[in-house]
Amino acid sequence: MTEPPRERIWDLHCHLSGMPGRTPDELMAALVARADRMGIERLIVFMGYPMAMDPSADELRRQNDQVLQALSHWHHRAFGFAYVSPNHVEASLREIDRCIRDGPMVGIKLWVARRCNDPAIDPIIRRAAELRAAIFQHTWIKVGGNHPGESRPEDLVALAARHPTTPLICGHTGGDWERGIRTVRATPNISIDLAGSDPTAGFVEMAVRELGPRRILYGSDVGGRGFASQLAKVRSAAISPADRRAILGDNLRAMLTPILRAKGVPLH
Amino acid sequence: MIDTNVYLSCWPFRRLPLDEPAALVAALKRLGVTQAWAGSFDGLLHRDVAGVNLRLAAACRTHGEGLLIPIGTVNPTLPDWPEDLRRCHEEHEMPGIRVHPNYHGYRLGDPRFAALLDEAARRSLIVQVVVAMEDERTQHPLVRVPPVDPAPLVALVARRSSLRVVLLNASLKPADVLLRKLVEAGRIWIDTAMMEGISVLERVVAAVGSERIVVGSHAPFFAPDAALLKLQEAGLKEADHRAIAEGNVRSLMGSRRERED
Repeated sequence: MTEPPRERIWDLHCHLSGMPGRTPDELMAALVARADRMGIERLIVFMGYPMAMDPSADELRRQNDQVLQALSHWHHRAFGFAYVSPNHVEASLREIDRCIRDGPMVGIKLWVARRCNDPAIDPIIRRAAELRAAIFQHTWIKVGGNHPGESRPEDLVALAARHPTTPLICGHTGGDWERGIRTVRATPNISIDLAGSDPTAGFVEMAVRELGPRRILYGSDVGGRGFASQLAKVRSAAISPADRRAILGDNLRAMLTPILRAKGVPLH
Repeated sequence: MIDTNVYLSCWPFRRLPLDEPAALVAALKRLGVTQAWAGSFDGLLHRDVAGVNLRLAAACRTHGEGLLIPIGTVNPTLPDWPEDLRRCHEEHEMPGIRVHPNYHGYRLGDPRFAALLDEAARRSLIVQVVVAMEDERTQHPLVRVPPVDPAPLVALVARRSSLRVVLLNASLKPADVLLRKLVEAGRIWIDTAMMEGISVLERVVAAVGSERIVVGSHAPFFAPDAALLKLQEAGLKEADHRAIAEGNVRSLMGSRRERED
Protein backbone atom coordinates (compact mmCIF):
# COMPACT_ATOMS: atom_id res chain seq x y z
CA MET A 1 0.00 0.00 0.00
CA THR A 2 1.31 3.47 -0.86
CA GLU A 3 1.88 5.78 2.08
CA PRO A 4 0.10 9.15 1.94
CA PRO A 5 2.34 12.11 1.06
CA ARG A 6 4.20 13.50 4.07
CA GLU A 7 3.09 16.85 5.49
CA ARG A 8 5.82 19.44 4.96
CA ILE A 9 5.03 22.43 7.15
CA TRP A 10 6.25 25.83 6.04
CA ASP A 11 5.41 28.68 8.37
CA LEU A 12 4.65 31.90 6.50
CA HIS A 13 4.76 34.30 9.42
CA CYS A 14 7.54 34.37 12.03
CA HIS A 15 9.21 37.19 13.97
CA LEU A 16 12.36 37.37 16.03
CA SER A 17 10.72 39.47 18.72
CA GLY A 18 9.25 37.63 21.69
CA MET A 19 11.89 34.91 21.56
CA PRO A 20 14.31 34.15 24.37
CA GLY A 21 17.71 35.52 23.36
CA ARG A 22 19.74 38.71 23.00
CA THR A 23 21.16 38.63 19.48
CA PRO A 24 19.72 37.70 16.08
CA ASP A 25 21.76 34.49 16.17
CA GLU A 26 20.48 33.51 19.61
CA LEU A 27 16.90 34.41 18.72
CA MET A 28 17.01 32.42 15.51
CA ALA A 29 18.48 29.35 17.20
CA ALA A 30 15.71 29.53 19.80
CA LEU A 31 13.08 29.87 17.08
CA VAL A 32 14.36 26.85 15.14
CA ALA A 33 14.55 24.74 18.30
CA ARG A 34 10.84 25.35 19.01
CA ALA A 35 9.95 24.77 15.35
CA ASP A 36 11.73 21.41 15.53
CA ARG A 37 9.46 20.35 18.39
CA MET A 38 6.48 20.93 16.11
CA GLY A 39 7.88 19.32 12.97
CA ILE A 40 8.06 22.60 11.06
CA GLU A 41 10.44 22.39 8.12
CA ARG A 42 10.82 25.99 7.01
CA LEU A 43 10.23 29.42 8.57
CA ILE A 44 9.64 32.76 6.89
CA VAL A 45 11.07 35.47 9.13
CA PHE A 46 10.45 39.19 8.86
CA MET A 47 10.95 42.34 10.90
CA GLY A 48 13.57 42.73 13.57
CA TYR A 49 13.21 44.30 16.98
CA PRO A 50 11.93 46.30 18.69
CA MET A 51 8.62 46.35 16.83
CA ALA A 52 8.39 49.66 14.95
CA MET A 53 4.99 50.64 13.57
CA ASP A 54 6.23 53.53 11.41
CA PRO A 55 9.95 52.88 11.02
CA SER A 56 12.35 55.39 9.52
CA ALA A 57 14.35 54.44 6.45
CA ASP A 58 17.35 53.76 8.68
CA GLU A 59 15.25 51.60 10.99
CA LEU A 60 13.96 49.53 8.06
CA ARG A 61 17.54 48.83 7.03
CA ARG A 62 18.62 48.05 10.60
CA GLN A 63 15.75 45.59 11.11
CA ASN A 64 16.40 43.92 7.76
CA ASP A 65 20.03 43.57 8.78
CA GLN A 66 18.91 41.81 11.95
CA VAL A 67 16.91 39.32 9.89
CA LEU A 68 19.76 38.82 7.40
CA GLN A 69 22.06 38.04 10.32
CA ALA A 70 19.49 35.67 11.84
CA LEU A 71 19.18 33.83 8.51
CA SER A 72 22.90 33.63 7.94
CA HIS A 73 23.36 30.22 9.58
CA TRP A 74 19.92 28.88 8.71
CA HIS A 75 19.46 29.17 4.96
CA HIS A 76 18.52 25.47 4.92
CA ARG A 77 15.64 26.15 7.34
CA ALA A 78 14.45 29.69 6.86
CA PHE A 79 13.76 32.46 4.36
CA GLY A 80 13.23 36.15 4.95
CA PHE A 81 10.91 38.89 3.77
CA ALA A 82 12.22 42.46 3.65
CA TYR A 83 10.44 44.96 5.90
CA VAL A 84 9.40 47.93 3.72
CA SER A 85 7.13 50.94 4.13
CA PRO A 86 5.07 53.12 1.80
CA ASN A 87 6.16 56.07 3.94
CA HIS A 88 9.70 55.55 2.57
CA VAL A 89 9.26 54.41 -1.00
CA GLU A 90 12.77 55.11 -2.31
CA ALA A 91 14.38 53.52 0.72
CA SER A 92 12.03 50.55 0.40
CA LEU A 93 13.00 50.05 -3.23
CA ARG A 94 16.64 50.08 -2.19
CA GLU A 95 15.89 47.51 0.51
CA ILE A 96 14.11 45.29 -2.01
CA ASP A 97 17.14 45.41 -4.28
CA ARG A 98 19.58 44.88 -1.43
CA CYS A 99 17.72 42.11 0.41
CA ILE A 100 15.86 40.33 -2.42
CA ARG A 101 17.46 41.03 -5.81
CA ASP A 102 21.01 40.92 -4.41
CA GLY A 103 20.35 39.06 -1.16
CA PRO A 104 18.67 35.90 0.11
CA MET A 105 15.20 37.26 0.89
CA VAL A 106 12.15 36.15 -1.08
CA GLY A 107 9.34 38.57 -0.21
CA ILE A 108 8.29 41.83 1.38
CA LYS A 109 6.39 42.63 4.55
CA LEU A 110 4.14 45.69 4.82
CA TRP A 111 2.81 46.48 8.26
CA VAL A 112 0.90 49.47 9.64
CA ALA A 113 2.76 52.64 8.58
CA ARG A 114 0.22 53.51 5.87
CA ARG A 115 -2.91 51.84 4.54
CA CYS A 116 -2.26 49.82 1.42
CA ASN A 117 -5.12 51.35 -0.58
CA ASP A 118 -2.91 54.44 -0.93
CA PRO A 119 -1.36 54.50 -4.44
CA ALA A 120 1.90 55.64 -2.87
CA ILE A 121 2.59 51.96 -2.31
CA ASP A 122 2.41 51.05 -6.00
CA PRO A 123 6.12 51.37 -6.90
CA ILE A 124 6.93 48.94 -4.06
CA ILE A 125 4.36 46.43 -5.30
CA ARG A 126 5.58 46.71 -8.91
CA ARG A 127 9.23 46.18 -7.91
CA ALA A 128 8.40 43.17 -5.74
CA ALA A 129 6.26 41.70 -8.52
CA GLU A 130 9.09 42.10 -11.05
CA LEU A 131 11.26 39.95 -8.79
CA ARG A 132 8.39 37.44 -8.22
CA ALA A 133 8.76 38.19 -4.52
CA ALA A 134 5.89 37.35 -2.16
CA ILE A 135 3.94 40.40 -0.95
CA PHE A 136 2.59 40.20 2.58
CA GLN A 137 0.28 42.96 3.87
CA HIS A 138 -0.86 42.99 7.50
CA THR A 139 -4.62 43.52 7.86
CA TRP A 140 -6.97 43.72 10.81
CA ILE A 141 -10.60 44.61 11.44
CA LYS A 142 -10.79 45.77 15.05
CA VAL A 143 -14.21 46.44 16.46
CA GLY A 144 -12.73 49.26 18.53
CA GLY A 145 -11.00 50.78 15.49
CA ASN A 146 -7.71 50.23 13.68
CA HIS A 147 -4.50 52.24 13.98
CA PRO A 148 -4.54 55.14 11.50
CA GLY A 149 -2.14 53.39 9.08
CA GLU A 150 -3.46 49.89 9.64
CA SER A 151 -4.99 48.27 6.55
CA ARG A 152 -8.26 46.38 6.46
CA PRO A 153 -8.90 43.56 3.97
CA GLU A 154 -10.93 45.94 1.78
CA ASP A 155 -7.82 48.11 1.47
CA LEU A 156 -5.96 45.10 0.13
CA VAL A 157 -8.80 44.41 -2.30
CA ALA A 158 -8.37 47.97 -3.60
CA LEU A 159 -4.64 47.34 -4.01
CA ALA A 160 -5.32 44.03 -5.75
CA ALA A 161 -7.61 45.76 -8.22
CA ARG A 162 -4.70 47.99 -9.28
CA HIS A 163 -2.39 44.95 -9.56
CA PRO A 164 -4.72 42.17 -10.74
CA THR A 165 -1.98 39.76 -11.83
CA THR A 166 0.18 40.15 -8.73
CA PRO A 167 -0.30 37.60 -5.93
CA LEU A 168 -0.95 39.27 -2.57
CA ILE A 169 -1.22 37.85 0.95
CA CYS A 170 -3.89 39.11 3.33
CA GLY A 171 -2.09 39.00 6.68
CA HIS A 172 -4.21 37.63 9.57
CA THR A 173 -7.24 37.47 7.21
CA GLY A 174 -8.24 40.65 8.98
CA GLY A 175 -8.34 38.95 12.40
CA ASP A 176 -12.13 39.00 12.19
CA TRP A 177 -11.86 36.17 9.68
CA GLU A 178 -15.55 35.82 8.92
CA ARG A 179 -15.52 39.35 7.51
CA GLY A 180 -12.02 39.00 6.06
CA ILE A 181 -12.81 35.87 4.05
CA ARG A 182 -15.96 37.46 2.62
CA THR A 183 -14.06 40.63 1.75
CA VAL A 184 -11.35 38.93 -0.32
CA ARG A 185 -13.52 36.12 -1.70
CA ALA A 186 -14.05 37.66 -5.14
CA THR A 187 -10.41 38.72 -5.57
CA PRO A 188 -8.55 35.64 -6.80
CA ASN A 189 -5.04 37.11 -6.57
CA ILE A 190 -5.38 37.42 -2.78
CA SER A 191 -4.40 34.49 -0.56
CA ILE A 192 -5.03 34.53 3.17
CA ASP A 193 -2.66 34.07 6.11
CA LEU A 194 -4.08 32.10 9.05
CA ALA A 195 -1.65 33.55 11.58
CA GLY A 196 -1.89 35.74 14.60
CA SER A 197 -5.42 35.32 15.88
CA ASP A 198 -6.93 33.10 18.54
CA PRO A 199 -7.40 29.49 17.42
CA THR A 200 -11.12 29.94 16.89
CA ALA A 201 -12.69 26.81 15.48
CA GLY A 202 -14.27 26.98 12.05
CA PHE A 203 -11.83 29.47 10.51
CA VAL A 204 -10.16 26.97 8.20
CA GLU A 205 -13.39 25.19 7.31
CA MET A 206 -15.01 28.45 6.22
CA ALA A 207 -11.91 29.48 4.28
CA VAL A 208 -11.80 26.18 2.39
CA ARG A 209 -15.52 26.43 1.66
CA GLU A 210 -15.42 30.02 0.41
CA LEU A 211 -11.94 30.40 -1.13
CA GLY A 212 -10.95 26.85 -1.96
CA PRO A 213 -7.91 25.20 -0.37
CA ARG A 214 -5.30 26.78 -2.65
CA ARG A 215 -5.64 30.36 -1.38
CA ILE A 216 -4.95 29.51 2.27
CA LEU A 217 -1.49 29.72 3.87
CA TYR A 218 -0.53 28.45 7.32
CA GLY A 219 1.44 30.92 9.41
CA SER A 220 1.91 31.39 13.14
CA ASP A 221 3.02 34.95 13.99
CA VAL A 222 5.53 33.64 16.53
CA GLY A 223 6.85 34.84 18.95
CA GLY A 224 3.73 36.83 19.96
CA ARG A 225 1.76 33.69 19.16
CA GLY A 226 2.78 30.08 19.61
CA PHE A 227 3.20 27.50 16.88
CA ALA A 228 0.76 25.36 18.87
CA SER A 229 -2.32 27.54 18.82
CA GLN A 230 -1.86 28.41 15.16
CA LEU A 231 -1.14 24.88 13.95
CA ALA A 232 -4.23 23.79 15.87
CA LYS A 233 -6.43 25.79 13.51
CA VAL A 234 -5.36 23.43 10.72
CA ARG A 235 -4.93 20.27 12.80
CA SER A 236 -8.44 20.49 14.28
CA ALA A 237 -10.17 21.48 11.05
CA ALA A 238 -12.58 19.07 9.40
CA ILE A 239 -10.88 19.11 6.00
CA SER A 240 -9.32 16.49 3.73
CA PRO A 241 -5.69 15.38 4.19
CA ALA A 242 -4.89 16.84 0.77
CA ASP A 243 -6.31 20.23 1.74
CA ARG A 244 -4.40 20.10 5.02
CA ARG A 245 -1.13 19.44 3.20
CA ALA A 246 -1.85 22.29 0.81
CA ILE A 247 -2.51 24.76 3.62
CA LEU A 248 0.41 23.68 5.80
CA GLY A 249 3.01 24.00 3.07
CA ASP A 250 2.20 23.13 -0.54
CA ASN A 251 0.52 26.45 -1.27
CA LEU A 252 3.37 28.54 0.09
CA ARG A 253 5.93 26.45 -1.78
CA ALA A 254 3.95 26.98 -4.98
CA MET A 255 3.83 30.73 -4.39
CA LEU A 256 7.58 30.91 -3.75
CA THR A 257 8.66 28.45 -6.44
CA PRO A 258 9.40 31.09 -9.13
CA ILE A 259 11.66 33.19 -6.93
CA LEU A 260 13.31 30.19 -5.29
CA ARG A 261 14.05 28.69 -8.71
CA ALA A 262 15.45 32.04 -9.85
CA LYS A 263 17.74 32.04 -6.83
CA GLY A 264 18.71 28.41 -7.35
CA VAL A 265 17.23 27.26 -4.05
CA PRO A 266 16.35 23.54 -4.09
CA LEU A 267 12.71 22.89 -3.29
CA HIS A 268 13.08 19.34 -1.96
CA MET B 1 -5.20 14.59 30.06
CA ILE B 2 -7.89 16.47 31.98
CA ASP B 3 -9.43 19.46 30.25
CA THR B 4 -10.86 21.98 32.71
CA ASN B 5 -12.44 24.23 30.12
CA VAL B 6 -15.01 23.06 27.59
CA TYR B 7 -18.52 24.23 26.77
CA LEU B 8 -21.72 22.61 25.55
CA SER B 9 -24.65 24.08 23.62
CA CYS B 10 -24.30 26.89 21.07
CA TRP B 11 -22.01 29.90 20.96
CA PRO B 12 -24.41 32.80 20.36
CA PHE B 13 -22.62 34.25 17.32
CA ARG B 14 -21.49 31.29 15.23
CA ARG B 15 -22.11 27.58 14.83
CA LEU B 16 -18.95 25.73 15.81
CA PRO B 17 -17.71 22.51 14.17
CA LEU B 18 -17.85 20.61 17.48
CA ASP B 19 -20.89 22.12 19.17
CA GLU B 20 -22.73 18.79 19.20
CA PRO B 21 -21.72 16.99 22.41
CA ALA B 22 -21.02 13.67 20.71
CA ALA B 23 -18.67 15.33 18.22
CA LEU B 24 -16.89 17.21 21.01
CA VAL B 25 -16.45 14.04 23.06
CA ALA B 26 -15.01 12.20 20.04
CA ALA B 27 -12.53 15.00 19.40
CA LEU B 28 -11.46 15.13 23.04
CA LYS B 29 -10.96 11.36 23.12
CA ARG B 30 -8.82 11.56 19.99
CA LEU B 31 -6.56 13.96 21.89
CA GLY B 32 -6.31 11.68 24.91
CA VAL B 33 -8.63 13.65 27.17
CA THR B 34 -10.09 11.41 29.86
CA GLN B 35 -12.13 14.03 31.68
CA ALA B 36 -13.47 17.42 30.61
CA TRP B 37 -15.19 20.03 32.78
CA ALA B 38 -18.10 21.36 30.78
CA GLY B 39 -19.94 24.61 31.22
CA SER B 40 -22.69 25.89 28.97
CA PHE B 41 -22.59 28.69 26.43
CA ASP B 42 -26.22 29.29 27.43
CA GLY B 43 -24.95 30.46 30.80
CA LEU B 44 -23.55 33.61 29.23
CA LEU B 45 -26.80 35.33 28.31
CA HIS B 46 -29.74 33.21 29.50
CA ARG B 47 -31.57 34.36 32.63
CA ASP B 48 -33.11 30.95 33.37
CA VAL B 49 -29.83 29.62 34.68
CA ALA B 50 -31.57 26.76 36.51
CA GLY B 51 -32.82 25.52 33.13
CA VAL B 52 -29.35 25.93 31.63
CA ASN B 53 -27.81 23.81 34.37
CA LEU B 54 -30.52 21.16 34.15
CA ARG B 55 -29.90 20.76 30.42
CA LEU B 56 -26.13 20.75 30.94
CA ALA B 57 -26.31 17.96 33.51
CA ALA B 58 -28.60 15.93 31.24
CA ALA B 59 -26.35 16.43 28.21
CA CYS B 60 -23.30 15.31 30.15
CA ARG B 61 -25.15 12.18 31.34
CA THR B 62 -26.53 11.37 27.89
CA HIS B 63 -23.57 12.16 25.66
CA GLY B 64 -20.60 12.41 27.98
CA GLU B 65 -19.51 8.75 27.90
CA GLY B 66 -18.14 9.28 31.39
CA LEU B 67 -15.86 12.02 30.15
CA LEU B 68 -17.92 15.21 30.56
CA ILE B 69 -18.23 16.62 34.09
CA PRO B 70 -20.93 19.30 34.30
CA ILE B 71 -19.96 22.64 35.83
CA GLY B 72 -23.02 24.79 36.40
CA THR B 73 -23.40 28.49 35.85
CA VAL B 74 -24.22 30.77 38.77
CA ASN B 75 -25.01 34.43 38.26
CA PRO B 76 -25.02 36.30 41.59
CA THR B 77 -26.90 39.25 40.11
CA LEU B 78 -30.01 37.10 39.57
CA PRO B 79 -32.73 36.77 42.23
CA ASP B 80 -32.36 33.70 44.44
CA TRP B 81 -28.99 32.70 42.97
CA PRO B 82 -28.15 30.58 46.06
CA GLU B 83 -30.85 28.16 44.95
CA ASP B 84 -29.01 27.70 41.62
CA LEU B 85 -25.83 27.00 43.54
CA ARG B 86 -27.63 24.55 45.84
CA ARG B 87 -29.04 22.64 42.88
CA CYS B 88 -25.62 22.46 41.24
CA HIS B 89 -24.26 20.90 44.39
CA GLU B 90 -27.09 18.79 45.77
CA GLU B 91 -29.22 17.84 42.76
CA HIS B 92 -26.72 17.73 39.90
CA GLU B 93 -23.77 16.72 42.11
CA MET B 94 -21.44 19.03 40.25
CA PRO B 95 -17.92 19.46 41.66
CA GLY B 96 -17.90 23.13 40.86
CA ILE B 97 -19.52 26.16 39.30
CA ARG B 98 -18.49 28.57 36.54
CA VAL B 99 -18.98 32.32 36.69
CA HIS B 100 -18.84 34.91 33.91
CA PRO B 101 -18.60 38.25 35.76
CA ASN B 102 -18.18 40.32 32.60
CA TYR B 103 -21.20 38.84 30.80
CA HIS B 104 -23.24 39.11 34.01
CA GLY B 105 -22.28 42.69 34.71
CA TYR B 106 -20.26 42.75 37.94
CA ARG B 107 -16.64 43.07 39.02
CA LEU B 108 -14.82 40.73 41.38
CA GLY B 109 -14.93 43.34 44.14
CA ASP B 110 -18.74 43.18 44.16
CA PRO B 111 -20.16 42.03 47.52
CA ARG B 112 -22.52 39.66 45.72
CA PHE B 113 -19.50 37.83 44.34
CA ALA B 114 -18.02 37.65 47.84
CA ALA B 115 -21.25 36.06 49.05
CA LEU B 116 -21.11 33.55 46.20
CA LEU B 117 -17.54 32.62 47.12
CA ASP B 118 -18.57 32.15 50.77
CA GLU B 119 -21.35 29.79 49.80
CA ALA B 120 -19.19 27.88 47.31
CA ALA B 121 -16.43 27.49 49.89
CA ARG B 122 -18.93 26.27 52.51
CA ARG B 123 -20.07 23.60 50.07
CA SER B 124 -16.51 22.74 48.91
CA LEU B 125 -17.39 23.68 45.37
CA ILE B 126 -14.63 24.68 43.00
CA VAL B 127 -15.24 28.10 41.44
CA GLN B 128 -14.19 28.64 37.84
CA VAL B 129 -13.84 32.32 36.96
CA VAL B 130 -13.88 32.98 33.22
CA VAL B 131 -11.84 36.04 32.29
CA ALA B 132 -12.91 36.26 28.64
CA MET B 133 -14.61 34.23 25.95
CA GLU B 134 -12.97 35.68 22.85
CA ASP B 135 -10.54 38.29 21.59
CA GLU B 136 -12.01 41.64 22.53
CA ARG B 137 -11.06 43.02 19.11
CA THR B 138 -13.27 40.62 17.20
CA GLN B 139 -16.44 40.78 19.28
CA HIS B 140 -19.84 41.49 17.79
CA PRO B 141 -20.16 45.29 17.68
CA LEU B 142 -23.40 45.19 19.69
CA VAL B 143 -22.02 42.85 22.36
CA ARG B 144 -18.68 44.18 23.44
CA VAL B 145 -17.63 42.59 26.73
CA PRO B 146 -14.30 43.59 28.29
CA PRO B 147 -12.24 40.93 30.08
CA VAL B 148 -12.50 40.41 33.83
CA ASP B 149 -9.74 41.87 36.00
CA PRO B 150 -8.69 38.85 38.09
CA ALA B 151 -6.43 40.79 40.48
CA PRO B 152 -8.98 40.91 43.37
CA LEU B 153 -8.93 37.10 43.52
CA VAL B 154 -5.67 37.16 45.46
CA ALA B 155 -7.28 38.83 48.47
CA LEU B 156 -10.61 37.03 48.07
CA VAL B 157 -8.93 33.64 48.24
CA ALA B 158 -6.69 34.67 51.12
CA ARG B 159 -9.78 35.44 53.23
CA ARG B 160 -11.39 32.01 52.56
CA SER B 161 -9.20 29.15 53.64
CA SER B 162 -11.15 26.39 51.91
CA LEU B 163 -11.87 28.18 48.65
CA ARG B 164 -10.36 26.85 45.43
CA VAL B 165 -10.55 28.88 42.23
CA VAL B 166 -9.70 27.93 38.65
CA LEU B 167 -9.09 30.91 36.41
CA LEU B 168 -10.08 30.25 32.79
CA ASN B 169 -9.09 32.09 29.61
CA ALA B 170 -6.70 34.53 31.27
CA SER B 171 -4.26 36.07 28.78
CA LEU B 172 -1.45 36.23 31.30
CA LYS B 173 2.15 36.48 30.14
CA PRO B 174 5.00 34.59 31.84
CA ALA B 175 6.56 37.82 33.09
CA ASP B 176 3.31 39.31 34.42
CA VAL B 177 3.49 40.28 38.08
CA LEU B 178 -0.17 39.35 38.40
CA LEU B 179 0.54 35.78 37.25
CA ARG B 180 3.06 35.41 40.05
CA LYS B 181 0.69 36.90 42.63
CA LEU B 182 -2.14 34.61 41.58
CA VAL B 183 0.10 31.55 41.72
CA GLU B 184 1.50 32.55 45.09
CA ALA B 185 -2.02 32.91 46.46
CA GLY B 186 -1.87 29.14 46.74
CA ARG B 187 -5.38 28.04 45.87
CA ILE B 188 -5.77 29.58 42.43
CA TRP B 189 -5.18 27.36 39.41
CA ILE B 190 -4.84 28.88 35.93
CA ASP B 191 -5.74 27.21 32.66
CA THR B 192 -3.71 27.26 29.48
CA ALA B 193 -6.39 28.17 26.94
CA MET B 194 -5.49 31.82 26.38
CA MET B 195 -1.83 31.68 27.39
CA GLU B 196 -0.13 32.72 24.17
CA GLY B 197 3.30 33.19 22.69
CA ILE B 198 6.04 30.94 21.49
CA SER B 199 6.55 27.96 23.76
CA VAL B 200 4.46 29.76 26.34
CA LEU B 201 4.18 26.91 28.82
CA GLU B 202 7.94 26.46 28.86
CA ARG B 203 8.26 30.12 29.83
CA VAL B 204 5.38 30.03 32.33
CA VAL B 205 6.87 27.03 34.12
CA ALA B 206 10.26 28.75 34.19
CA ALA B 207 8.61 31.82 35.73
CA VAL B 208 6.17 30.37 38.28
CA GLY B 209 6.53 26.58 38.24
CA SER B 210 3.99 24.03 37.05
CA GLU B 211 2.02 23.39 40.22
CA ARG B 212 -0.88 25.78 39.55
CA ILE B 213 -1.18 25.38 35.79
CA VAL B 214 -3.91 23.16 34.36
CA VAL B 215 -4.98 22.29 30.84
CA GLY B 216 -7.92 24.12 29.36
CA SER B 217 -8.85 23.93 25.70
CA HIS B 218 -11.82 26.31 25.56
CA ALA B 219 -13.28 23.86 23.04
CA PRO B 220 -15.38 23.90 21.01
CA PHE B 221 -14.88 27.67 20.65
CA PHE B 222 -11.15 27.08 20.23
CA ALA B 223 -9.62 24.33 18.12
CA PRO B 224 -9.15 21.55 20.68
CA ASP B 225 -5.75 20.46 19.37
CA ALA B 226 -4.20 23.68 20.71
CA ALA B 227 -4.17 22.41 24.29
CA LEU B 228 -2.15 19.31 23.48
CA LEU B 229 0.12 21.10 21.01
CA LYS B 230 1.01 23.72 23.64
CA LEU B 231 2.38 20.94 25.84
CA GLN B 232 4.31 19.53 22.88
CA GLU B 233 5.76 22.94 22.00
CA ALA B 234 6.87 23.53 25.59
CA GLY B 235 9.22 20.54 25.72
CA LEU B 236 8.70 20.26 29.48
CA LYS B 237 10.30 17.83 31.87
CA GLU B 238 8.12 14.77 32.28
CA ALA B 239 7.08 15.70 35.82
CA ASP B 240 5.94 19.18 34.79
CA HIS B 241 4.15 17.80 31.74
CA ARG B 242 2.26 15.26 33.86
CA ALA B 243 1.40 17.84 36.49
CA ILE B 244 -0.14 20.24 33.99
CA ALA B 245 -1.83 17.56 31.92
CA GLU B 246 -3.51 15.82 34.84
CA GLY B 247 -1.76 15.77 38.19
CA ASN B 248 -2.65 19.27 39.31
CA VAL B 249 -6.35 18.71 38.66
CA ARG B 250 -6.22 15.43 40.56
CA SER B 251 -4.63 17.28 43.49
CA LEU B 252 -7.27 19.97 43.27
CA MET B 253 -10.06 17.38 43.25
CA GLY B 254 -8.38 15.40 46.00
CA SER B 255 -8.23 18.39 48.28
CA ARG B 256 -11.92 19.00 47.58
CA ARG B 257 -12.85 15.44 48.54
CA GLU B 258 -10.80 15.71 51.73
CA ARG B 259 -12.80 18.77 52.70
CA GLU B 260 -16.09 17.02 51.95
CA ASP B 261 -15.18 13.93 54.01
